Amino acid sequence: MILWLSVIVLLPLAAVVVKSTDGGLAGFWDAVTSPQSVAAIKFTLLTSFVVVVINAVMGTVIAWVLVRDDFAGRRFVSALIDLPFALPTIVAGLTLLALYGPRSPIGVNVAFTKAAVVLALLFVTLPFVVRAVQPVLMELDREMEEAAASLGARPLTIFRQIILPNLQPAIVAGCSLGFARALGEFGSVVLISGNIPFKTEVASVFIFSQIGNDNVTGAAAVSVVLLALSMVVLALVARLGRSWYDG
Amino acid sequence: MTARLGLRATALGYLTLLLVVPVGMVFWRAFEHGFGAAWNAVTTPDALHALQLTLLMVAVAVPLNTVFGIAAALLLVRRRFRGKPILEAIIDLPFAVSPVVVGLALVLVYGRVGWFGNWLSEHGIQVIFSTWGMILATIFITLPFVVREVAPVLREIGTEQEEAARTLGASPWQTFSRITLPAIRWGVGYGVVLTTARAIGEFGAVSVVSGHLVGQTETLTLFVQDRFERFDLAGAYAASVVLAAIALSTVAVMTLLQKRRGA
Repeated sequence: MILWLSVIVLLPLAAVVVKSTDGGLAGFWDAVTSPQSVAAIKFTLLTSFVVVVINAVMGTVIAWVLVRDDFAGRRFVSALIDLPFALPTIVAGLTLLALYGPRSPIGVNVAFTKAAVVLALLFVTLPFVVRAVQPVLMELDREMEEAAASLGARPLTIFRQIILPNLQPAIVAGCSLGFARALGEFGSVVLISGNIPFKTEVASVFIFSQIGNDNVTGAAAVSVVLLALSMVVLALVARLGRSWYDG
Repeated sequence: MTARLGLRATALGYLTLLLVVPVGMVFWRAFEHGFGAAWNAVTTPDALHALQLTLLMVAVAVPLNTVFGIAAALLLVRRRFRGKPILEAIIDLPFAVSPVVVGLALVLVYGRVGWFGNWLSEHGIQVIFSTWGMILATIFITLPFVVREVAPVLREIGTEQEEAARTLGASPWQTFSRITLPAIRWGVGYGVVLTTARAIGEFGAVSVVSGHLVGQTETLTLFVQDRFERFDLAGAYAASVVLAAIALSTVAVMTLLQKRRGA
């Protein structure tokens, strides 16, 4: 098992880390701080952050509607939430381009803009917060809410004082997973963003183009930054919740 | 009441604009010029080859990761040993790594300039820009799914029945195949479905190591991009519909399995 993991996972990732320091630490630093990589990393962080904020709000609203509301087709909608996990990312990109691209039937064209990247990331990260909040909301004891209501608390107060504090860990966990995913996302972004350096180029697309340009060291350096960022985020999630494997 | 309806409208409106209408658009665009045109676009030799290659990825990666996943889950849940958190972290790593980085990593090990590059080329083995590299990439990306689904089920069923079987003289293999495996079958099934969906849909990692040789190292997802960039939108949309249909069936199977598991 250790051998299998080493060959499949550890050895390749070690190669990336080693390659990134081909020119010593100075070389690594130069590659990471080149204007184009800084722009790509900054843009990736910014869009991922925007996406996480929208996800926190919309994911919670969707989860609430799926658990507490009742309407025809609710189960169908709940099943649909998983579609972005199942749909290949390149198809997700093409899908958004078909509706919000140059040939848009509704006249909205965001292709090759920063908004397009946010849209693509919102699509692929949709399930994270919803799926984290939904089970917590289902198990939430409604007695407290009823008590508060009988004491005259208004719905918004109940939500802020009782429901939100209970959901907070789940929202944070879902957001972190979504953030880690958004940092590395490639397939859904590559068609719709236009990959314009300094404008709509995300880190993963930058890495891809540097591999093509035979700047493998530069690609490796930015990869290490990306790797470190998402590992920190996922480590935080692991700290927040209990381990997946321990009881 | 108004608040409730407002929230419902917000949630459903958001999902409609982000999810339902865009996916619907792809179906509409694909069948715009009739079913025949779409059929012709996905039955060209290149498209069929891409489909075959995608199925090959599934055929190799899914069984390997299923066996690995069950073994790893058993080890993590049933045994206590030092370094367990490290093993967990390594298994979860593929979730934290951008697909493009996975591709780059494989190039740096097996590519022309990679660690084993010289040795491999001396022996006439090509990994990068060939099916082998794409298989390695797919295995990497889909590694955690079965472990993650099986581990919680294993924990939940406990060890009582297994211990009973052992006291009654069952061998470890008998205990596993008659007691443990039937108990975790829905978890395994769910993990296999997720692994399959991810293997079919993988794009970034495969894209880096494939070299995009049309009719040779092009899976269905790469075919979509290739057709799109050659302005063959009919081909791109038709292949997307095949992939979207697979994704929709995946979601349907997941929902069914969840019901089974819940019951």
